[in-house]
Amino acid sequence: MARKINLRIWRGDATDGGLQDVQVEANEGEVVLDVIHRVQATQMGDLAVRWNCKAGKCGSCSMEINGKPRLACMTQVAAYGEDETITVTPLRAFPVIKDLVTDVSFNYKKAMEIPAYEPPKDLKPGEARMEQVDVERSQEFRKCIECFLCQNTCHVIRDHEENKKSFAGPRFFIRIAELDMHPLDILKNRKRTAQEEHGLGMCNITKCCTEVCPEHIKITDNAIIPMKERVVDIKYDPARMFAGLLKREKRS
Amino acid sequence: MSGVFSPTRAKIKERTLRTDKWWLQPAITFGVLFSFVIYATFRAFEGANYYKDHLISPFYSPCLSEACVPEATIFGWTPVSAEIFNFALSPALIILIFPLGFRMTCYYYRKAYYRAFWLSPPACAVAEPHEKYTGETRAPLILQNAHRWFFYAGLVFNVFLTYDAILSFKNIEGQWGHMSVGSLVLVVSSTLLWFYSLSCHTCRHTVGGRLKHFSKHPIRYKLWTWVSVLNHSHQQFAWYSLAGVAFADIYVRQVATGAWTNFYFF
Repeated sequence: MARKINLRIWRGDATDGGLQDVQVEANEGEVVLDVIHRVQATQMGDLAVRWNCKAGKCGSCSMEINGKPRLACMTQVAAYGEDETITVTPLRAFPVIKDLVTDVSFNYKKAMEIPAYEPPKDLKPGEARMEQVDVERSQEFRKCIECFLCQNTCHVIRDHEENKKSFAGPRFFIRIAELDMHPLDILKNRKRTAQEEHGLGMCNITKCCTEVCPEHIKITDNAIIPMKERVVDIKYDPARMFAGLLKREKRS
Repeated sequence: MSGVFSPTRAKIKERTLRTDKWWLQPAITFGVLFSFVIYATFRAFEGANYYKDHLISPFYSPCLSEACVPEATIFGWTPVSAEIFNFALSPALIILIFPLGFRMTCYYYRKAYYRAFWLSPPACAVAEPHEKYTGETRAPLILQNAHRWFFYAGLVFNVFLTYDAILSFKNIEGQWGHMSVGSLVLVVSSTLLWFYSLSCHTCRHTVGGRLKHFSKHPIRYKLWTWVSVLNHSHQQFAWYSLAGVAFADIYVRQVATGAWTNFYFF
């Protein structure tokens, strides 16, 4: 059954903008993206919104709904009370382009800074063999749809613009973890660069990235904390450093 | 102007547009942890009422000070002086740094107190009040990386507290084979501490998490899978064990002061 809902949409660009109230019809089973499209079709023809699959798999329609980073296509209108106003804003960690569309190119720059998978030199195409138990951990991280909700909610950059140059963010910590846990990746210094170049030490594990992940990837428990522990192995664990020294001494 | 109020971001004057009770969880965390800190500080400095009839408070175990009640020591071993610079040192003050350090550097508690005490951030998508943020990259927060050392120390403490729980199966005359409410309290408290320690992220890393090839280490892989199961409930174990330790101390104190009688089941 259709009902009227109160929607408050942020409209504007980098120079100025504000919240605008509209009333729009919502049908049973519809998601927030549906009603945004109805507003676009009937009341605000020039409303800018980024979307693509409408199935929670492309990560395009990331926005903030009642202050929470969410995918608009996976957020049921029925989840909100009948009298409740649904407030929709663009992601607040990234520069706004227009209305609900933000410039997320920060993430693509960071992606390019992560060293790629490096297989053993003598491994020929088609020869890679791995046991399932060895790749299971990494497979969880491959579920990432790059919606950047984790990046958006991470207070390290959301609340501190100046940290963007030295902090890769949770999406790329899972990428680093995926590669560092990969049984055939031979690049040795991932842990050190994670800490010294990509800002792993800036994360204070408040788990917001995990809370907002629409793919339910346990970003903090399965990627960031294991990477922090791996960094401790090489940088802050005197017993392991001493053992490594002895090993090297023995070899020479 | 930084953060969500940066010039390029959408112009929204509110620090958050969340409409749920996002402040409730950090407020409860603050209340509970602050109460615990106040109580633990009082007890640590009290230096009395920590032992009675084979029951010893977890705040005072192992009792290593010359000031300890002889029955509370481990075979009379008291390597630490009762005074330092003419200041009487409570036996608890000598040892509490280890369990305190373990909890302070615990990955779960970090989340809890960064949110509740430091508001960094108070909740997800709620702007924090600080101008600058460097995380755990410099002193003093870089010391969070010492978590594994406190984890190892915590395991040793668990052994002592388990030993204390076993000793509580003596009656007042010192005969074995008896059980009181105090025994039950100490057993539950020490068991919860084992669960808290073994579910720890560092434990998970140590037993197998650091490996690249699980298939080459099947036993460590199995251990890792078990610890991973416990790790899912690390947050719960953190709270339950904190409550267990606090209640065990309260119980022993009440028995030691004579306010409560330790009832023996058999």
